[in-house]
Amino acid sequence: MSNRVPIAPGLFTWPAQKPALLGSRCNDCGIVSFPVAQSCMACSGQDVSVEELPGRGTLWTWTVQQFMPKSPYNSGETPETFKPYGVGYLELPGGVRVEGRLTENDPGKLHVGMEMEVIFDTWRIEPNGDEIVSFFFRPLA
Amino acid sequence: MDVAIIGIGIHPFGRTPARSGLQQGAYAARLALKDAGVEWRDIEFAFGGSASAGNADALGNELGLTGIPFINVANGCATGGSSLMTAYNAIRSGAYDIGLVAGFDKHDRGAFNADPEAMGLGRWYGELGLMMTTQFFAMKIQRYMHDYGISADTLARVAEKAFINGSLNPNAWRRTPVALEEIAGSMMVNNPLTKYMFCSPSEGGVALVLCRADKAKNYCAKPVYLKSAVLKSRRYGSFEVFAPSQALQQVDGPTVDASRAAFEMAGVGPKDIHVAQLQDTESGAEVMHMAENGFCEHGEQEQLIQSGATRIGGSMPINTDGGCLANGEPIGASGLRQVYENVLQLRGEAGAHQVPGNPCLGYTHVYGAPGISAVTILQR
Repeated sequence: MSNRVPIAPGLFTWPAQKPALLGSRCNDCGIVSFPVAQSCMACSGQDVSVEELPGRGTLWTWTVQQFMPKSPYNSGETPETFKPYGVGYLELPGGVRVEGRLTENDPGKLHVGMEMEVIFDTWRIEPNGDEIVSFFFRPLA
Repeated sequence: MDVAIIGIGIHPFGRTPARSGLQQGAYAARLALKDAGVEWRDIEFAFGGSASAGNADALGNELGLTGIPFINVANGCATGGSSLMTAYNAIRSGAYDIGLVAGFDKHDRGAFNADPEAMGLGRWYGELGLMMTTQFFAMKIQRYMHDYGISADTLARVAEKAFINGSLNPNAWRRTPVALEEIAGSMMVNNPLTKYMFCSPSEGGVALVLCRADKAKNYCAKPVYLKSAVLKSRRYGSFEVFAPSQALQQVDGPTVDASRAAFEMAGVGPKDIHVAQLQDTESGAEVMHMAENGFCEHGEQEQLIQSGATRIGGSMPINTDGGCLANGEPIGASGLRQVYENVLQLRGEAGAHQVPGNPCLGYTHVYGAPGISAVTILQR
């Protein structure tokens, strides 16, 4: 049984029955940030609370990355196996717009305003067999 | 104390295997000094920047070690604009009479690979493939097209104009016009932007000699005056590059802020400007920056660009030297290239890419990661 490890600590609840992205909400002005920050970018306040962000939202904007980025990109792909990937900002109601990879890379199937959900899936396999897990945005059927 | 530009120099942009970035900077600096009719030993201070070609103050090794304060500036794509603003303020303060601003660079081929940790972001952001300036610009114009009805054809026309203007500019990198259909049909890089709609990292150098306005005529028959030089960074809520999250409520970005401040400082408005150089790292940026800098309302670009208003002979000439699209982007030099071009235009020395009608007010705008904009207004 391989070890499933989050791509970075504190980005989302893990392990969890129902994982969720984690944000910080400013207790002074109410603004939410992702990832969790120690202080508020909007009002400079340092009194922040960590909370789970909504798991669904609408696509605010998107693109498809058609060429393979240079390092620090680390997907386990090679130039030969690289597949273009969608990127977008998902507007999470009452929260914030979070940037992430989309599970869909067909520009014909992506449009501003479409409903999407946040999912957690394997990102790459490390040489030691560990599965690195990250978050993705998937269109709602 | 007003400030004048009395000397300009440029090393052609593009790829010059035989010269280092530093040597291209020194080449530009020597031309600027010659243009101003001064010697390097007359210069009292210098500001300069380069992102990939070493420290700008190494120019001293090429030009001579004279003991002056030479300060290295590093501010991403807005490095040149930052150097210029700082030099402008140094002279305005009365501390110095004459100084040099220089920028040069020499980048590897291919898109920039920014370091997330240097930007205060987690490494995961780069590992996932989100640390890409090209993605940001594509997503910004994607939303903008949705909100304001800009067409893909208009994006192609911006690049078409850039290559036409580049073909008229002997210092440009891309000197061959490219057909509209070829631009629109070229390889998709980041939807909706194709290969020809993006600028590439390149090489080049630019230098400017600045002095107190009241002494300008001692050096130069056609001084150009800096009416304003403003740099602003992002406020919370502006939609910016390298941001893992964005606010739900959007506010004006640093370009709008810098533009307003620059117009106020100069005491003129967008309608008074005769020629403008706006950051065009890709086609969409030029479109959006037209409105962000106050030259039109959001959405009016569609008609303005389709009607040719932004061409050299149009009512609102933009990026008359071919911009970043035709010159590429050597980060340290790029913002100063815009100022170089406007000085040529205001002197009436731009040759084949000269704007007709004796322009007397020019505008430059440069944008850089992670959300900074520098604007200058120049007057002859």
